[in-house]
Amino acid sequence: MADADETSKQAERNTNVGDGIAVKKQDIARAKNEGKELTKDEKQRLRKEKKQQKKNKKDDKGESEHENVPLPPSQAVVQCQSQKAPSVAPSLALTPVSVCTSEKPAKSKAEQRAERRARQEADRAAKGKKGESAQQPPSGKSKAPPNELQPVVKRLPEHVQVDDPAAVRKLAKKLERQQIPVRSEYGYKVSLFSHLHQYSRKAPLTQQISIPSTVIHPYIVRLGLQYSQGIVAGSNARSIALLHAFQKVIQDYKTPPNEELSRDLVNKLKPYISYLNQCRPLSASMGNAIKYVKKEISNIPCLCKEEEAKKQLLSCIDNYIKEKITLAATTISAYAIEKISNGDVILVYGCSSLVNHILCDAFDKKRKFSVIVVDSRPRLEGREALRRLVKKGICCTYVLISAVSYILPEVSKVFLGAHALLANGYVMSRVGTSQIALVAKAYNVPVLVCCETYKFCERVQTDSFVSNELDDPDDLMVTRKGKIHLENWQDIRQLGLLNLVYDVTPPDFVDLVITDLGMIPCTSVPVVLRVKNVDQ
Amino acid sequence: MELQAVLMAAGGGSRMMELTYNTHKPLLPVGNKPLIWYPLNLLERVGFEEVIIITTKDVQKMLTPDRLKLDGKMKLDVVCIQLEGEMGTADALRHVQQKIKTDVLVLSCDLITDVALHEVVDLFRAHNASMAMLMSKLHEFTETVPGQKGKKKAGEQRDFVGVDATGQRLLFMANEADLEDGLTIRKSIMCKHPSMRIRTGLLDAHLYCLKRCVVDFLVENKNISSIRGELIPYLVRKQFSKSVNLPNNKDEVEMSQKMEGQTNLGSCKDEELLRLTQERSCWNDHHGDMSEAYHGGKVRCYVHIMEDGVCYRVNTLAAYIEANRMAPKLIEDPPIHPSAVISECTQVGADSIIGASCQISDKTSIKRSTVGASSTVREKVKITNSILMNGVTVEEGCNIQGSVICSNAVIGRNADIKYCLVGSSQRIEPDGECLTVTQNAVSV
Repeated sequence: MADADETSKQAERNTNVGDGIAVKKQDIARAKNEGKELTKDEKQRLRKEKKQQKKNKKDDKGESEHENVPLPPSQAVVQCQSQKAPSVAPSLALTPVSVCTSEKPAKSKAEQRAERRARQEADRAAKGKKGESAQQPPSGKSKAPPNELQPVVKRLPEHVQVDDPAAVRKLAKKLERQQIPVRSEYGYKVSLFSHLHQYSRKAPLTQQISIPSTVIHPYIVRLGLQYSQGIVAGSNARSIALLHAFQKVIQDYKTPPNEELSRDLVNKLKPYISYLNQCRPLSASMGNAIKYVKKEISNIPCLCKEEEAKKQLLSCIDNYIKEKITLAATTISAYAIEKISNGDVILVYGCSSLVNHILCDAFDKKRKFSVIVVDSRPRLEGREALRRLVKKGICCTYVLISAVSYILPEVSKVFLGAHALLANGYVMSRVGTSQIALVAKAYNVPVLVCCETYKFCERVQTDSFVSNELDDPDDLMVTRKGKIHLENWQDIRQLGLLNLVYDVTPPDFVDLVITDLGMIPCTSVPVVLRVKNVDQ
Repeated sequence: MELQAVLMAAGGGSRMMELTYNTHKPLLPVGNKPLIWYPLNLLERVGFEEVIIITTKDVQKMLTPDRLKLDGKMKLDVVCIQLEGEMGTADALRHVQQKIKTDVLVLSCDLITDVALHEVVDLFRAHNASMAMLMSKLHEFTETVPGQKGKKKAGEQRDFVGVDATGQRLLFMANEADLEDGLTIRKSIMCKHPSMRIRTGLLDAHLYCLKRCVVDFLVENKNISSIRGELIPYLVRKQFSKSVNLPNNKDEVEMSQKMEGQTNLGSCKDEELLRLTQERSCWNDHHGDMSEAYHGGKVRCYVHIMEDGVCYRVNTLAAYIEANRMAPKLIEDPPIHPSAVISECTQVGADSIIGASCQISDKTSIKRSTVGASSTVREKVKITNSILMNGVTVEEGCNIQGSVICSNAVIGRNADIKYCLVGSSQRIEPDGECLTVTQNAVSV
């Protein structure tokens, strides 16, 4: 078939478009008629041709006449390119060919195509609208900026569209329907992050709900309060607390008459989830836990009695916690201990419950190592990690993140916890983690991320701007000698306080991810997700 | 349900007998509304739908919704108790124990405040506290109080309240009367909370959020009779008591309690689940020592201290007068009732309140005063800084200054009353003169 390629290329360069096209078509037709299997090249060409057809149909939007105009330039491009890249050129040549051939016959065919196109557009628009109105936890991220919302692109989650008044109004309407108050934004937002929510801890959501809360279950109110005040912090703690609250809700639930538990309970949970989201944006692990609970509820058979159903749900939730969190921690710790050798100096950042668990286990198994705890303002979570490790008996050093390049030559390994692992291998963790990973890479220190599989999410993100969480900016104020220097920061127009919570670390800086399925490279996350979906 | 409200309205008002000997304390008019209206209004505004009111039989008869002038649909569940045995507030709570199924919010009927109640309840919820209470800065009463001999006796009956560095956790509470030799603070408390602020100028608003297990504890310990006097100090001390905080041998602890028949104050049902969460959460309420959050203590008491805002407890005459001054700010109704008949040439100050169906005749001047419902004020009367309760008749030419006239009293013509308290249904002779303390001030 290579000869055919050459001849066709020659023909193309020298002769008229039409002849070349005709020759090409004849080749393909001949090949098909002769019953020979199409070679890989030709199959590729056909695939590309079909793709191009679809793309052209979408772009043109029924203006069939104009297609003749862009053809000559594209042909010229094709001809130039064919001199450089022989394999690519024929395929490109084919596409205008196919379009040309579609134009050649009478207008009736074009009209049909236009009609079909119009119908397809209408279908897609209808589907896009339905997709937007159905609110789900953020399942996909699009690479297009928020303003260019086309119906084909996956819709953006609400929490990154705070500067879009239409999205804000939609959220307000949804919350009103669920009888949840809207939390008001606070303070001046730095322009790069003006698309995210920023709340004040001094204005809790409980101000706006009645005190013996009737709409929202008291456990959920308490949980939301604990989230917003930071009493329950950390991915695992939040998920466990959420699941326990759901257990209480299910225990207190009574199916109203003429309703099915499997459908009504899910509807009952939706306002609670909105409320918790308002108190503090949900984490990826919480999102996965909620998905699991909702799935379990909808899988309850209709004929099941209420008591049995409730018992089943409660045990499912217990199992989830046991498997995905408790046992996963044990497994990860067993894997990780192989990586800890005697005499190691391990660097940890912030307070990750999993990393603390691993280190405590390793210490119990008589490994000799010392730990350097790196901490950063304003949360200063490292103090809590330091306390737990020292209480266990591990030798610890405590530094702030500004000293990390000073201390890194002494470090043999870096253990980091994760808030979520994204589908493109990026690690989303507390702000400052990517710094540590970067510096560790520069010093050639291995970076190991420990993360349970239930924190894997299908989002894709390459920077920390698109989707993040803004904490209360007043946390950055500090009192020194009785004076608070930033006290009136709101009066200074040009000053903005930014308190980011998360950042993403690229997979190049991470050497190994230790999960309960084993030790995998960062880029194997999509595989794990695929396996998980198949299992479920 | 999350919280149940219990309103204590059985108190006798022992510190203002001059006012309460005839009118029961919950029904004393403040700003022309019964005293009990204020806490009920507070509860209603916040969203409570049901209140349990503990009161005496006489008051119960008067507690009908229209008399109470409540707008909303709050359900009032009135429980009567006999006043003979001198029931304390804790005894009253024990009396209604059957009705209490969740955590409880206990209020006193003499509380007038505009506090944002969610602040107190949030402390209670977020930290899973056993008790959360409200306190406020004590305001000095500046008005001259009729019938008071000389300056207020300062220095007695002060409350010492110790809070931690955040100002929310209650570490120490004692009344001066209970401290004989001086203030002693246990070393264990100082070790756990090295920074403690002890405040004395605080008024206890008698608003408590109590956990269900505390109510159960009350039921079993019948020797506690007053919430404020005994239960609260006990809970505050119990935070640091060793027996509650030993988590080691759970079976041992449980067994010992079964033997004593005592409910463990610390182990309310969901402790186990919360412990699991707390283990993994990277939060601690204090820093600098090796203990976990809350020092592992199961009993926690929190206080919300109001720095500004209105908070009065109307249990003395001075407080009553002060509350009447502040009342216009708390009520949204117009100060002059629409049904009052006020003639043209009267001067009614902007900070005065005129009740329903009043008749104010010509040439009177009413400044900074409260005139109760159905009162009649004749011509040429000057009323300044006074409180007139319902049904008072003031004849012509009187001059009333800084006084309290109780209901249905009649002030004769040209009487001159300064800084007096005229009892209920009393009659002041025409041309009578009642001056300040030195003379026969209080006519009862």
